[in-house]
Amino acid sequence: MRDKVFYLLAAASAALLSWNLYKIFFVLGDEKDQGSIWRIFHFHVPSNILGMSGFIIGMVFSLIYLVNKNLRYDAIAAAITEVSLVFAAVGLVTGSIWARIIWGVWWAWDARLTSMLVCWLIFAGYLMLRRAIEEPIQRARLSAVVSVFGGIDVFIVWKSIEWWRTLHPGPVLTIRNGGGMPPGWQATMYWNLLALLCLAVMLVMVRMRQEGVAREIDSLRRMAHSY
Amino acid sequence: MAAFLRQSLIIAAKDLRSELRTKEALNASLAFSMVILVLFSFAFDPSSEQIQEFSGGLLWLVYSFAGALALNRSFAREMQNDCLDALIASPAPASALFVGKALANYGLLLAVELISLPVFGIFYGVHWTQRFWPLLLVMLLATWALTTIGTMFSALTVNLRLRELMLPTLVYPLMVPALMAAMTLTTDLLGGTPLNPENMIWLRVLVAFDFIFTALAVVFVDTVLVG
Repeated sequence: MRDKVFYLLAAASAALLSWNLYKIFFVLGDEKDQGSIWRIFHFHVPSNILGMSGFIIGMVFSLIYLVNKNLRYDAIAAAITEVSLVFAAVGLVTGSIWARIIWGVWWAWDARLTSMLVCWLIFAGYLMLRRAIEEPIQRARLSAVVSVFGGIDVFIVWKSIEWWRTLHPGPVLTIRNGGGMPPGWQATMYWNLLALLCLAVMLVMVRMRQEGVAREIDSLRRMAHSY
Repeated sequence: MAAFLRQSLIIAAKDLRSELRTKEALNASLAFSMVILVLFSFAFDPSSEQIQEFSGGLLWLVYSFAGALALNRSFAREMQNDCLDALIASPAPASALFVGKALANYGLLLAVELISLPVFGIFYGVHWTQRFWPLLLVMLLATWALTTIGTMFSALTVNLRLRELMLPTLVYPLMVPALMAAMTLTTDLLGGTPLNPENMIWLRVLVAFDFIFTALAVVFVDTVLVG
């Protein structure tokens, strides 16, 4: 059953992604002011949405783990956070490429960029912590607490960086979002969100299976040592 | 509640007493903050007028770096002779242990800050006395933010092999909102701007940060230390 879901998701994301790529490059035209670079938004916006929501979902599973201490939830939280970190990185990199063309700089200390980077660093710390702990239960316990601290901090970071930027006058750089797009372009963006969502769920499944196998190997190794 | 307070105060007194006898963390943090203050003078022209514009940022970088040094040792010093196990096994709950340690660290950090503030004033010609009382309020609030996050993560990383590496990686991104608020307010106050409705929002950020993370730490410290 799980295999079937997995291959179904893989097929769906592959098909959707190819169809979307065809549409993005051959059907939709250039944007009036930005030229062809705006196409990157079809990947930039969905990646950021998936990355951000993944961090929050990861925090929820960490909380569930802390309540009922089932290592399965720890594996889910870790898998989701790791995949989200990749999507957040894609969001940051695609944003940076766009900024180089449109703003002329690779990076601007704009509110959203800064918040996203800080979130990325917080959850990168979470994954580094997981690598530093060998004992599975201790790892699950400590990293769940870090995930909860990080998840709550993300909200404060987001809000306060917004205030920080609005209080300081500076170059006003607004990011175009879905609101400014013609309907056909928006639809493609949502289709790509769906494609990337399938991909994300698939990756989370791969990662969870790895966690399960790693736990099994670990317990076998312990058993072998005890003889 | 009275018992909880008494237990916390006993632990705080114990920590401060052993610190005053050895002065290990105090000397190290003070020496380190002096070193950073000297190093800053090479990074930019120390006599320029611009210094007023980022004096708050510099000061809080010094405080957070020197603070991490002291906080790192907070729980690690209990590893010798299994003191940590004895503390956990004592009738005091883990939350009292956390509050006690946090109070001791708070005193230590404030002492280091109050000593390095005049030195900063002398080296960089910053008039820190003109708005001393609001500045003290900001220091009290922001130092508690650093202390509560730092003490919590000191407890979290105490058993890790890579303790010294993990603590700063985890702690600094989480501290971003508090540091941002402290830096903005300190820069304003050192530059002669009083607390006004516009920068009052940062004071609120600090208070909210303190409350949220103190509550979280008190709730989760038991999970971290005992399991």
